[in-house]
Amino acid sequence: MKRISIDPITRLEGHAKIEILLDEGGNVDNTYFQVPELRGFEQFCVGRPAEEMPRITNRICGVCPEAHHMASTKTLDALFGIEPTSAVKKIREMFYCSFYVTDHTTHFYALGGPDFVMGPEAPPAERNILGVIHKVGVETGKQVIACRQRNHHLIQVLGGRGVHPVAGIPGGWSRAISEDERKEFLEIAKQNVDFATFSLKLFDEIVLSNSDYVDLILSNAYTQQIYYMGTVDENNLVNFYDGKIRVVDPDGDEFVKYEAKDYAEHIEEHVEPWTYLKFPYLKNVGWKGFVGGKDSGVYAATPLSRLNASKGMATPLAQEYFERMYTILGSKKINGTYQPIHHTLAAHWARLIELLYAAERMQELLEDEEICDPNVRPIVQNTPTEGIGSVEAPRGTLTHHYRTDEKGILTMVNLIVGTTNNYAPISMSINSAARELIKAGTVVTEGLLNKIEMAFRSYDPCFGCATHSLPGQMPLKVYVRDHEGELVDVLSQFC
Amino acid sequence: MSKKAKPKLAMYWAASCGGCEIAVLNIHEKLLVVDEIFDVVFWPVAVDFKYDDVRNFPDGHIDLCLFNGAIRSSENEEIAQLLRQKSKVLVAFGSCAYEGCIPALANLTSKNAIFDTVFQGSLSTSNPEGVIPQTETTVPEGELHIPEFYPAVRSLDQVVNVDYTIPGCPPEPHQIWAVLEAVVAALTQGAELPPAGSVIGAGDLAVCDECELEQDEKQIERFYRPYEVVPEAGKCLLDQGLVCLGAATRSGCGALCPQVGIGCRGCYGPMEGVEDQGARILSALASVISVGEPSDSEAELEKILEEAIETIADPAGTFYRFSMAKAILPRAIVSVNGSKGADE
Repeated sequence: MKRISIDPITRLEGHAKIEILLDEGGNVDNTYFQVPELRGFEQFCVGRPAEEMPRITNRICGVCPEAHHMASTKTLDALFGIEPTSAVKKIREMFYCSFYVTDHTTHFYALGGPDFVMGPEAPPAERNILGVIHKVGVETGKQVIACRQRNHHLIQVLGGRGVHPVAGIPGGWSRAISEDERKEFLEIAKQNVDFATFSLKLFDEIVLSNSDYVDLILSNAYTQQIYYMGTVDENNLVNFYDGKIRVVDPDGDEFVKYEAKDYAEHIEEHVEPWTYLKFPYLKNVGWKGFVGGKDSGVYAATPLSRLNASKGMATPLAQEYFERMYTILGSKKINGTYQPIHHTLAAHWARLIELLYAAERMQELLEDEEICDPNVRPIVQNTPTEGIGSVEAPRGTLTHHYRTDEKGILTMVNLIVGTTNNYAPISMSINSAARELIKAGTVVTEGLLNKIEMAFRSYDPCFGCATHSLPGQMPLKVYVRDHEGELVDVLSQFC
Repeated sequence: MSKKAKPKLAMYWAASCGGCEIAVLNIHEKLLVVDEIFDVVFWPVAVDFKYDDVRNFPDGHIDLCLFNGAIRSSENEEIAQLLRQKSKVLVAFGSCAYEGCIPALANLTSKNAIFDTVFQGSLSTSNPEGVIPQTETTVPEGELHIPEFYPAVRSLDQVVNVDYTIPGCPPEPHQIWAVLEAVVAALTQGAELPPAGSVIGAGDLAVCDECELEQDEKQIERFYRPYEVVPEAGKCLLDQGLVCLGAATRSGCGALCPQVGIGCRGCYGPMEGVEDQGARILSALASVISVGEPSDSEAELEKILEEAIETIADPAGTFYRFSMAKAILPRAIVSVNGSKGADE
C-alpha cells in the first residue's frame, strides 16, 4: 500500500493537507482533506460587547473581512431590534458589491485563471499571475491592479480601513456618503462594469474557444450532483446582501427557502476526529457521509451554487451572460428555470457573471441619490436579546447568531462561515479527482498535482485567504511513501 | 542590480486571518517593483516552496522574513523556529505576531472551553458520540495527524528572538512599502538598519497626535456605547464619551477609524517604551473623567472614577483587544480562572 500526502496546502487561513491512501492494487482507497487549525471565535467572543462583533469577527478572515463585518452588522440590527433605513441598506449593499468586485477579480486573475490562461499542464513556474500578465499583456495586468486599487479606496473611505473595516453599527453605518463621493464612486462602478465585461470576453476567448478546456470542465473528475444554496430576492434572483436562503436539490427543484433567523432548523454540523473543521449539512436530509445525491445532506455554497439556486441575475448584462452559460453547458430550461450545472469548474465562469452583477448593482445603487441621506447613525434604545443575520460571502452563505444579556454582553455566539459550507463537497471533489486521475500504475506527475489542485481551486477556498496572493501558485508537494512510511519519491510543482 | 544580488524575501502566516497578506497586496502597482527587487524564496500563499525547501536552506539564507500570525498550534511554533534559524532578519509582521491580536482573546478562556463550545455545545453541532478532534486518528486506511492546539496564544517573540516589529491589524500598506524600501537600501546600498529590536513601519507618537478630530480636552461623566450617542462630526470622540484608545496607541495608521466616527481600538499596539498597553489605556481613559469638586475627599474621587470606568463594557477585552498575549494583568486573571496562561 502506498500513501500520498499533499502537505502543506496553504491556500487556507493557515494550512491544510490531503492524504491519499492507495490500496494494494495502487488504486485510490480513500482521501482525507484535513484542516489543522482552529481559533475558537465562538467561545472567546462570549463576554465581549455585541456591538464590537463587526470589528472582532472580521478578523476571522482578512481576505473577506467585509463579509464578516456585514453579517455581523446585520446580526446587530436583529439583536437590537432596529430596522435600517432604506438609505443605510443601500450604502451597505453598495459597499458590499464593491468588495465583491475586488474579491472575484483577484480570484479569477491570480488563482483560478492561470490554470486556463496558461493551461492546466503548463510549466508550474508560469502558471501564476505573472505568467498571465505576460501572456495577456501588461496592460491587462495593470487593469487588474487598478480594479483592486479603486475598490479598496472606496472600502477605506466608506469603511474606515482598506482591510478590516470598522463602520458597521446596529441599524446604521457610522458615516454618510457626500454628493461628491457619490459621483466619484459612480465612476468607479462604471469602470467596474467595463472591467467585468472585458473579463467575461477574455474567458470566452481563452476558455470557451478551446475545446480541451470545455471537455475538462465537463469531465467526470470535476462533476458531482449535490444540493445548492444561495440567497435570493423576492423574485428568486441572486442577491449578496439580503434575501431568503434558497436550497435546490440536484434536479433543481426547490428543497427549502428560509429566512436566516431559521438557519438552525435547516443546517447542522458534523464532527470528525481527524480535522478541526466541522462539516455542515442539510439537517432535514441528514449526514450520510461524503456522498452526493438527493439522499445526502451535502450541499455547496459557491458562485455556481448561488446561480443554480436562483432563477437568474437581477441586472440586465449579468442576466445575458447567465443565460449564455447555462445554454452553452447544455442545461435544459424547465418551467422557466435552468437545470443546475454540476460541473464544479464552471464556478470560475459563474464567478465572473457575479463580478458583472456586483458592478452593475453597485452602479444602480449609486445612481439613486437617496444613498446620500446624512441620517445613517441611529440611537438605539431597545434591550438586546438575540439576533441572527446572514449575507452571501463570496465563498458561501455566512450566518452569525448572537445572544446577549440585557447589557448587550455576549452570552452565546454561533457562526456558519462561507467556506465551511463547502468542506464536504470540496473533500468529495478532491476524492473524485484523485480517483479519476490516480489508477494502478499511474505515474504521479506535476500535471496531476495541478489537476488535483483544480478540484478545489474552483471553490475559491478561503481557505485560501491566500486566494488573493500575488503569483497565485498553490504550493503543493506530494510525498510518495511505501506502506512502511519510507519515502519513495517527492514531487513538487517546480521541476 | 544583478540577479545574483537580489535580497531573498520570505513571508509566512501562522495563526492569522490573511489580512496581512492582503495589506501587502494593497501596495498595488508597487507589487511589480517588489517582484523586481526581491527574490521570493518562501511565501506559501504565493509561491511553491515547501517546509522541506526551507529546511534545506543554509542557516541565514533568507535576508528578510516577514512573519505574520500568532502561535496557536505546534505547527505554528515549529515553523517559527525553522524560519528564525534560516533568516538573517526576522520581522514580527502585524498585530498577531507582535502581541497576539484578536486570536489572543482566547487567552481569556481555555482550550477545553473552546473545544466544548465548538465541537459539542454549539447549537448547530450534531455530535451525539462526543467526537473531539485528536492529534492522531486511526482511520480504516491508516493513521492521520493534525497539530496540537496549545492551551494559550503566544506572540512570535515569546517563542523565538525577533529582530523587528511592524505593528497594525493589519499594517497599513504605505508603512509596509516604507519598510521594504528601507530594507532594500540597507541590503544593497549599505544604508543603516534601525537598531535591533525596534518597532518599525509606525510612528513614535500616539494616534491622537495624527488625528484630525478637534480635541477640547473636555471632562466626561461617563462613557457611552457606540450606539447610545451620535457623535458630533469633526470633534474628538473621547471628549464625547465614546471609548477611543488613540491616546495610548502608537501612531502610524493615520488615525483612520476615528475619521469614520469609530473610536481607535488599539491595533497599532503600545507606544514606545510602554510594556502593558491595557494599563496605559486605563490611565488614559481615567484622565478624562470629571472628578468633581476640589473639595471632594479621596474616597469620593475614587468612587467617581470607579463608577465612570464601570460604564465601559468589557474592560479586559477592550483594553487588551489586540495585546492579550502580552498582557501582564489578564494572564494572572486567566490563571485564577483555572486555565493555562501563556507562560505555562
